[in-house]
Amino acid sequence: MTRPASPHRVSRPLLRMVALARPRGVRFALGVLLGALATAAGVGLLSVSAWLLATAATHPPITALGVAVVATRAFGVTRGVARYLERLVTHDAAFRTLADVRVRVYQRLARSEPVRRFRSGDLVSRLVNDTDATQDLLVRGLTPPLVAVVVGGAVVALSTALFVPGGLLLAAGLVLGGLAVPLFAAALGRRSGRRQAAARGELSTALVDTLYGAPDLVAYGAMEQAVLRVERADAELTRLARRDAAVLGLGSGASALVAGATVWATLLLGVAAVAGGALDAVPFAVVVLTALAAFEIVAPLPAVAAKLAAIRASGARLFDVLDTEPAVRVAEAPADRPGLPEEGAATLRVRGLRVRYGPDEPWALDGIDLDLPPGRRIAVLGPSGSGKSTLASVLFRFRDPDAGTVTLDGADITEHPADEVRRFISGVPQDPHIFASTLRENLRLARPGADDAQVWEALERARLAEDVRATMPDGLDTQVGAHGARLSGGMRQRLALARALLAQPRILVLDEPTTHLDPDTRDAVLDDLLAASEGYSTLLITHDLARLEHMDEIYVIVDGRVVQRGSHADLLAEKGWYRRAHGLGDPPRGGLRVVR
Amino acid sequence: MKPLDPRLVRTASAVRVHLAVTVLCAAAVTGLVLAQAWLVARIISGAAAGEGLAELSWAIAAVAAVALGRAALSYGTEAAALHSAARAKSQLRRRLIARVTGVALPGSPEPPRGEPGRGPVWLAAPSGPGTGEGESTPRAGELATLATRGLDALDDYFARYLPQLVLAVLVPLAVLAVVARADWISALVVALTLPLIPIFMALVGWHTQARTRRQWRLLNRLGGHFLDVVEGLPTLAVFRRAKAQAAVIRRITDEHRHATMGTLRIAFLSALVLELLSTIAVALVAVEIGLRLMYGMVDYQTALLVLILAPEAYLPLREVGARFHASMEGVAAAEQVFAVLDERLDAAAGPDPAPERETSSRALVRPCRDGCAAPRLRLDRVSLTYPGRTVPALSEVSLVIRPGQRVLLTGPSGSGKSSLLALLLRFVKPTGGEILVERPSGSGSAPLSHIPADQWRRLIAWVPQHPYLFDDTVLDNIRLGKPEASVAEVRRAAELAEAHDFVSTLPQGYGTRLGERGARLSAGQRQRIALARAFLRDAPIVLLDEPTAHLDPDNAAAVRRAVARLLEGRTGVVVAHDSGWSELVDETVHITGGRIGAPL
Repeated sequence: MTRPASPHRVSRPLLRMVALARPRGVRFALGVLLGALATAAGVGLLSVSAWLLATAATHPPITALGVAVVATRAFGVTRGVARYLERLVTHDAAFRTLADVRVRVYQRLARSEPVRRFRSGDLVSRLVNDTDATQDLLVRGLTPPLVAVVVGGAVVALSTALFVPGGLLLAAGLVLGGLAVPLFAAALGRRSGRRQAAARGELSTALVDTLYGAPDLVAYGAMEQAVLRVERADAELTRLARRDAAVLGLGSGASALVAGATVWATLLLGVAAVAGGALDAVPFAVVVLTALAAFEIVAPLPAVAAKLAAIRASGARLFDVLDTEPAVRVAEAPADRPGLPEEGAATLRVRGLRVRYGPDEPWALDGIDLDLPPGRRIAVLGPSGSGKSTLASVLFRFRDPDAGTVTLDGADITEHPADEVRRFISGVPQDPHIFASTLRENLRLARPGADDAQVWEALERARLAEDVRATMPDGLDTQVGAHGARLSGGMRQRLALARALLAQPRILVLDEPTTHLDPDTRDAVLDDLLAASEGYSTLLITHDLARLEHMDEIYVIVDGRVVQRGSHADLLAEKGWYRRAHGLGDPPRGGLRVVR
Repeated sequence: MKPLDPRLVRTASAVRVHLAVTVLCAAAVTGLVLAQAWLVARIISGAAAGEGLAELSWAIAAVAAVALGRAALSYGTEAAALHSAARAKSQLRRRLIARVTGVALPGSPEPPRGEPGRGPVWLAAPSGPGTGEGESTPRAGELATLATRGLDALDDYFARYLPQLVLAVLVPLAVLAVVARADWISALVVALTLPLIPIFMALVGWHTQARTRRQWRLLNRLGGHFLDVVEGLPTLAVFRRAKAQAAVIRRITDEHRHATMGTLRIAFLSALVLELLSTIAVALVAVEIGLRLMYGMVDYQTALLVLILAPEAYLPLREVGARFHASMEGVAAAEQVFAVLDERLDAAAGPDPAPERETSSRALVRPCRDGCAAPRLRLDRVSLTYPGRTVPALSEVSLVIRPGQRVLLTGPSGSGKSSLLALLLRFVKPTGGEILVERPSGSGSAPLSHIPADQWRRLIAWVPQHPYLFDDTVLDNIRLGKPEASVAEVRRAAELAEAHDFVSTLPQGYGTRLGERGARLSAGQRQRIALARAFLRDAPIVLLDEPTAHLDPDNAAAVRRAVARLLEGRTGVVVAHDSGWSELVDETVHITGGRIGAPL
């Protein structure tokens, strides 16, 4: 069940992202230093060359130029080399930081296990992208402004030393061009983005509907209507985009204007100062050419401002997830309470279990009682949305009950660390994940020490061994692809089952192990599952009536409550949901048998 | 990948206008760059020679004018570029949709004549040849992304890349011409270094690409690991492996860093070459002109002009280099669009082309107001092989469906049941044999392909296995095939489809929007909305594909009741995995491996 996350305002996401990254200080400082060196060399080259020409114009002895000649060459080489090293150092540092950030985010997720929010694959990949945005923050978000501050300061200091009004002008120009214009441009971009958001959404929906819904549209002769809707959405978005184009160009116009105006004002004041004798011709040339070159320092900053806005949004989303209350309390082992059973089979007892996903939400489970004695196999059956999977979440310790108890031989599972409980209760969660790795690694996940013989035995019991031998020449070393893409649906479910068996839990919980399978495969998997779970305490959660006659007991859950309980035969004999579901009892139109 | 795709210029008129504007602006910018350099050199040398504000005021005023001019051009170029980008994106998008759907609306760019569009089967097929890596999205999803976010990358291409590209041609040539007149040695230095830059950049680029290709699998695996682990967190937790993975994440991320840095060390070389060549060239020019100035071989103003212009020759090249990668995303998206536009349809397996207008065959399916009788359908040794496959989905299937007859098609998954429905819906056409439509009296017959597809489909109501619901109201979702239906009619259809009760509990009843792909509803509810569509369509032939697969018992029972009602008095084909439907039908046909087998 997916419910939208409650909107929650994350304050200062950028600062928190920097704090989360705790960037490798020394490496980043080195990166900034190298970047500053590269930029400074570019400006310096022109300043020194200006000095060289202005001095040469006075026809001095050649020795007077020696230092400048060497300096120009040094600057010429420095710029390229320093830039290259800067990029290597900052990228390396960002990657190193990324490893830390990923581990920190992962640990936070592993601790709070917001399983429910993760149902949608899109959410997960967005979370991962948002985590990786810290890399961009460091390389593209923080380094360029720091470099600009260092070099800008140095250049302004140099100009001020030569000609005070020139230095002040340059300072004003750089602040305008490096701070005011980028912020202004970013604000314009955000405004236009907001204005276009609705039109963009409508276009995207219309396109998705038209392309994914093509079979239905064609069959019902409605394709023209759908294309018309796309065209309308496209026209509206294009209209807005064309209107906004007039505004979005302002940023680059302003950049050019600030640079040009600074040079112009420097020339004006400089000529007056030279004519008045307050300034020499040589420093005048240096100050003007430095001003010409100095705007290279702030050139990357408009892009940085736009990038930071995107990174900020990433941060807000990331912390929105990370700030979620853990769904499970961390239990401290209680001394005075019954401990988890030492060994042997255990009885699972659920009493008055109630769970809901928020204070204003309806009860997903509303007072469930359930008993699973050792070695028995029970099914929990109910329509979709009846709360069955919430029961599995509680048993797997993905979330705490809001009321009621779940005990193993009298020991309350919420009073023990989650991983201790999972030693007893394990199995196949809903949509079990197959990792992009080998068959062996996917299986040994459940028991890291298992040898190949044990792995094969588990495959044997899940009736996957034969398929593996027949179709996979690499055997256990076969790469199964992302999400097990190279396996068939049935093989994926059998793999998940084999993995659960390898874990050897005392209580095997199987949450909808046959969803998404076609009926043939479903029946075959269920048969194998029933054979494999022989002797285990098994709890099968399903919405499907197939093979239920083999279970010892069936609990029917509707709207979070147990409405019926008994064996297949018992339930068929009594009036109620189970009989109706089989098309028996008093169906409206001639009895139809679903299951023989 | 070409920096300027000729197809882009040819097909989008917005691009041609834009190119002309860009070249004009770039020429003006080039002129202003030269003017500014000359003015600054003039003012500095004049001041050094003792000229004051009075003598130089004209030049200083001119510098202000140049600054204003450059700002205006800078604004104008970008605004015009974004304007053109919006138009070009719209043109490409509309051509793409017209091409894919085969629908040409008045005023929209028409698809080439005789092209029927791509058809639903093509759209639902996975995009591209299976690489075996990860899950492939259906073409529909890929195209939807391409037409929106993909094409948006063209903004950068138009607004930032193309203008710089034009400048990168004009400015160096102009600078070279001016510098050559002032000082031929400096011109020689610039002329020798400039061409080296693109050459070295291309060399480094190729090398990087080759290396990335070699490492692709490794980089892909390492890069996807974190996502894989986070997605699998619940599974890891169940097996008590969640905490142990932290160390693995660190290790894999470090491996990824090693591998990537290896590639970056080479990739960054292209920028190194660019910066080194451009700054060293400027340094050489500065020293050379400085020495000649000292010996009185050039005057101060000329020397300054050369010094100011030398870096300008390299600046646009550096900008183009910096913007290359971001802009190429847009070009790649445009190329993908062209690939779809230019792709030739495999004639054998596409949807039916527009048939020749043949009155006699039209008459067979003439729409009739009340109680329109369904024709008799005869499949005569029909075969179907999908493009790119060798195993036929159906081979030599012969079957007669009489008016009012209800047929159950059963068989294991993949046996060809749904392909048969696709043939009847004319989403695909047979690659062998023929489907004949006969008058109920048996007095006339025509091949199905001679009947206009739209007209034919008007006789059919189809309930697919996974009906698609639109992000629209319940009302409009139900009247998909009959937009003019009244609310009362829709309500009646919903009642027959067992959908009315749950629709009434929705916040705005029939006016409730269903959200993307009907996300508001459960699978069983979606199925019942699709049944309501079929009831409202009131067609003589109904096709049902696995109506109750994957439904929980409550929903399945409701859907069965509705299906039973829908089949009453109509010709029906029900595709189902098991024979549980046999009580509702007149005949059961079993299909295995694309052939009709013995009935169960």
